[in-house]
Amino acid sequence: MKQYDLVIVGGGPAGLAAAVAARDAGIRDILIIERDGRLGGILNQCIHNGFGLHTFQEELTGPEYAHRFIEQVQERGIEYKLNTMVMEIRKDKTVVAMNGDEGMFVIQAKAVILAMGCRERSRGALNLPGYRPAGIYSAGTAQRLVNMEGQMPGKRVVILGSGDIGLIMARRMTLEGAKVEVVAELMPYSGGLKRNIVQCLEDFHIPLKLSHTVVKIEGRKRVEAVTIAKVGPDRRPIPGTEERYECDTLLLSCGLIPENELSKGAGVELSGITGGPVVNDALETSVEGIFACGNVLHVHDLVDFVSGEAAKAGEYAARYIQKGDKREGRSILLRPMEGVRYTVPTFIRPQEMPEEVTVRFRVADVYRDCAVVTYAGDRQISRRRKKILAPGEMEQVVLKKEDLMEEGIEDITIRIEREA
Amino acid sequence: MFDVAIIGAGVTGCAIARELSRYRVKACVIEKEEDVCCGTSKANSAIVHAGFDARPGSLKARFNVEGAKMMEALSRELDFPYKKNGSLVVCTEGQDRGILEELLRQGEENGVEGLRILEQEEVRKLEKNLSEDVICALYASEGAICCPFHLTIALGENAADNGVEFYFDTQVETIKKQEDHYEIHTKAAAGTKGSEIAGKEIRARAVVNAAGVYGDVINNMVSEHKLHITPRRGQYELLDKSTGDHVSHTIFQLPTKMGKGVLVTPTVHGNLLVGPTAEDIEDKEGTDTTAEGLRNLEQSGALSVKDLPLRQVITSFAGLRAHEEGGDFVIGEAEDARRFYNAAGIESPGLSSAPAIGAYLAKEIAKDLALEENPDFVGERKGILHPGDLSMEEQNEWIRKQPAYGRVICRCESVTEGEILDAITRTLGARSLDGVKRRTRAGMGRCQAGFCSPRVMELLEKTAGLSPLEVTKSGGESVIVFGQNKEI
Repeated sequence: MKQYDLVIVGGGPAGLAAAVAARDAGIRDILIIERDGRLGGILNQCIHNGFGLHTFQEELTGPEYAHRFIEQVQERGIEYKLNTMVMEIRKDKTVVAMNGDEGMFVIQAKAVILAMGCRERSRGALNLPGYRPAGIYSAGTAQRLVNMEGQMPGKRVVILGSGDIGLIMARRMTLEGAKVEVVAELMPYSGGLKRNIVQCLEDFHIPLKLSHTVVKIEGRKRVEAVTIAKVGPDRRPIPGTEERYECDTLLLSCGLIPENELSKGAGVELSGITGGPVVNDALETSVEGIFACGNVLHVHDLVDFVSGEAAKAGEYAARYIQKGDKREGRSILLRPMEGVRYTVPTFIRPQEMPEEVTVRFRVADVYRDCAVVTYAGDRQISRRRKKILAPGEMEQVVLKKEDLMEEGIEDITIRIEREA
Repeated sequence: MFDVAIIGAGVTGCAIARELSRYRVKACVIEKEEDVCCGTSKANSAIVHAGFDARPGSLKARFNVEGAKMMEALSRELDFPYKKNGSLVVCTEGQDRGILEELLRQGEENGVEGLRILEQEEVRKLEKNLSEDVICALYASEGAICCPFHLTIALGENAADNGVEFYFDTQVETIKKQEDHYEIHTKAAAGTKGSEIAGKEIRARAVVNAAGVYGDVINNMVSEHKLHITPRRGQYELLDKSTGDHVSHTIFQLPTKMGKGVLVTPTVHGNLLVGPTAEDIEDKEGTDTTAEGLRNLEQSGALSVKDLPLRQVITSFAGLRAHEEGGDFVIGEAEDARRFYNAAGIESPGLSSAPAIGAYLAKEIAKDLALEENPDFVGERKGILHPGDLSMEEQNEWIRKQPAYGRVICRCESVTEGEILDAITRTLGARSLDGVKRRTRAGMGRCQAGFCSPRVMELLEKTAGLSPLEVTKSGGESVIVFGQNKEI
C-alpha cells in the first residue's frame, strides 16, 4: 500500500489551494487525486472574467485563475494523478482510487482533505412534470458543451433558476447566437450575485421573473415549449398566470449540492442544511484527520473565498499531521439564529483556534437595514450594520480568540437584527 | 420473403424473436423507435409478479405464472439482474381482509407456490417501515424484481446473435393479406432517416403483433375482430440509492379495478421505486408526468409505507400500459387472419409473462410454418461487464487488459469507459444517450447525466461514428446540440 502524509480528493480550486498551503506549512508528501484529465476543476469551463479580485487584485477568467494555482502546485513539485477516480474513503484514512494505467489501488494517508466540489440539482430532483425530451440541461452541462466542446445546445432558451451559472449562461448563450427568452426564479429573490444580474441579464435585456416556476414542458423528442407561471407565497403555481414560451431548450440553475457520497462512506457527519460535512474551526470533519473545504463543504459564490478557505484547510491538515489531534478541551457550538441558515464551521475550540476564525454563513431571506449580531453566550461580541443581506450572497463574521476564552460560554449565536 | 415479421421490439417482441431463433427461420423485428425497449418495457414497475392477481383461467394468470417460473433460469442464461425479494400485499386498518384471502385462494388456483397470509406482528418483523395501519399481508415468496431494460436488451441481442434481423426507426403503415403471405408497407418513423427497409414493402409468411399500445392499430389492419387498447398511464418516482433499503420486499396495496395500486419496491440496482398511478388517456404517446399525478403518487405511497424519503427523488417518469377492453391478454392467431399472431393487450403482468408468451408463440408459429430446429442456436449470452461488481484483483485484471475499464465516466453509478464502449459496439449496440443509459446506467444516477453526458456523447461520436449533430438523447429529433458556437 502506498503511503502519503496528505491525500487531497479533487484537483479543482479547493484542492489546489489546500495542497499549496499544506506544502508551505511543511508537508512534503502530498497527493492530489483528480478525476478529470486536467487540474482546475469547474474553473476550466468558466471562461468569463470576474475571478481573482480578492486573491490577486485583478480580474481573471476561470482558466487563468486555475492556472495561477496549477503553477504553484507544479513549482512546488506536488504530486497529482489525473483521470483518477476515488472510489472509496475509509474512516482509517485509506483511500481507494482507480485509473486506466494503475488499475485500482489503495493509499494510506495520515490526513485527507475532501475537495470534491458539488453537483447541480437535476430536473428529476426538482420534480418538474412533463415529457422527458432532449433539450433540458443543467446550466453547468450547457456551459461545458458551449465552452469546452464548442457546441450549441440550444437556439431559443428558457432558464429556470437564477443561480450564478444560469445567469452566466444566459449571457454566454446570447453571445453565441441564441435567444434567451426569460429567466424564471421560484423565490421572490435571485439566487445569484447582484453583479451577475446586472451584467448578464439587464445588460442583455433578458427578463428575470421572480416568484415564477415551470409548470409544463412540451415536446416529446426535443423541447418545443415551456410554460411558466407565477407562484404564491406557498410556492405553488397560481392558475391563470401561465405564460407559454416557444423554445427548444430549458436550462436549470436551481441550486448546487455538495457531492458528499464519498464522505458519507467514510462516516463523516453531514449538515442537513448545507449538505456538507459538519466541521470545527480547523475545518476538520467528525472523522479525525479528515478535513473539508470548498464547495464540498458548502456552496460558495466566489472562488476567491474557496481558495482562502482551502488554504486554511491545508494549514490545519498540516498541523494535524505534524502535531496530532487536539480534540479534548472545550468546544463551543455555533448556533445560527433568526435569519441565519447555517454557519461554517459549526464548532469552535477556543484553546485551539488561531487569533481569528472567519465564520461564513447565508441568510434565509432578503433583509434591509439590519445588523449581523454575534453573541458569546448572552454577551454581544460584534454587531455589523448592513444595508442589505440576500441569500444569494455569502456573509461572514470574524470571531476573535480573546472574545471566547472566558469559561462558561455555552454557545455562540449569530442572528440578524433590525436596526432601529 | 421473411418467414416471420414481428412488429415491436419491446420485451414481448424480443422474447418472441429470441424463442423463434431456436428454429431455422428468416425473421425480422420492425420497430418505430431507435432501439429495443423504448415503450412500455422501459417504464414499468420492474416486477416479476408471483401470479396471484389474475383471474384463474385467464391468459394473464397462465402466462404470468409460467413466465415467473422461467425468469430466474433465464436471468442466468442471458445474464440480466434478477432478485427474488418476495412481495407483500398489505391490508390496512378498515380494509377488507377478505380480499387478501381471495388473492391467496386465486393464487393457489393459478398454481403459485409460497403464498401465506401473515399477521401484523410477523409482517412488522419482515418490514420495519410499513405503515402503522398495516394489519396483515399476503406474502409471496416467489415475487421478484428484475431489470426490464437488461431483460429486453438481452432477449433482443440474443435473437439478433442467432440471426433475427432488427429494423429500427421503421413504422408499419399498412399490412395486406395475400394468398400465402402478408405485405407490410413501412416508412421511416417521423423525424428519422429510417432503416434500409423503410419505405419498402416487405413480405412475410407470418406476422406477429407485439406493438404494445399500438397493438389495436396493427390488429385492426388485418382482422375484423377489432381490438381497442386504451393507454393506461402510470407515473413513477425513482429515489436515490441511499434509500434503496427503506423496504426490502415489494410492497403492494390491496388491488382495485384500476390495477394493483401504488407499490413501493427496491430495484435490482438498489434504488427505491414508488408508483404507478393509473390514468386512462387517449394519447398513445402520452408519457408525460403531471403535477397532480406525482402528488397523488406521494400520498398513496404513504398509505402502505411510512416515512417515504420523497426528498430523495432523482427522477420521475411515466409509462403506458396497453389495456385492452376485454381485460385479458390477446395471444395467438387471429380467428379471421391465418398466420397473423397477436401478442396484444400486454399490460401488467406483461414483463413477468414475456418469457412464457415468447416460448408459446414461437412454438405455435414453428409448428404452423413447419420450421426446423436451428442447430447453431446459442442460448447463452453474456451481459456488459460491470467491473464494479468484481473484486479488486479481478477488476485490476480487466483494467490491465483494457485500460478503459479503469476510467470512470459516470461518477454517480461508477460506470467506466470500457462498459460504454461495450454497450456501443456489441450486437444491437446503443446509438443514443438513453441507449447507453439503459445498457450501462451511465446517466441514471443522482446527477441525472449532468456530468457524464458530454463524455458519453464523445464516445458515441468516436465509436459509433456519429457527428455531434447526430448524437441524440433517444433517436429521431432528440438532438443534443444544434451546431457549433455562433453557427446556429
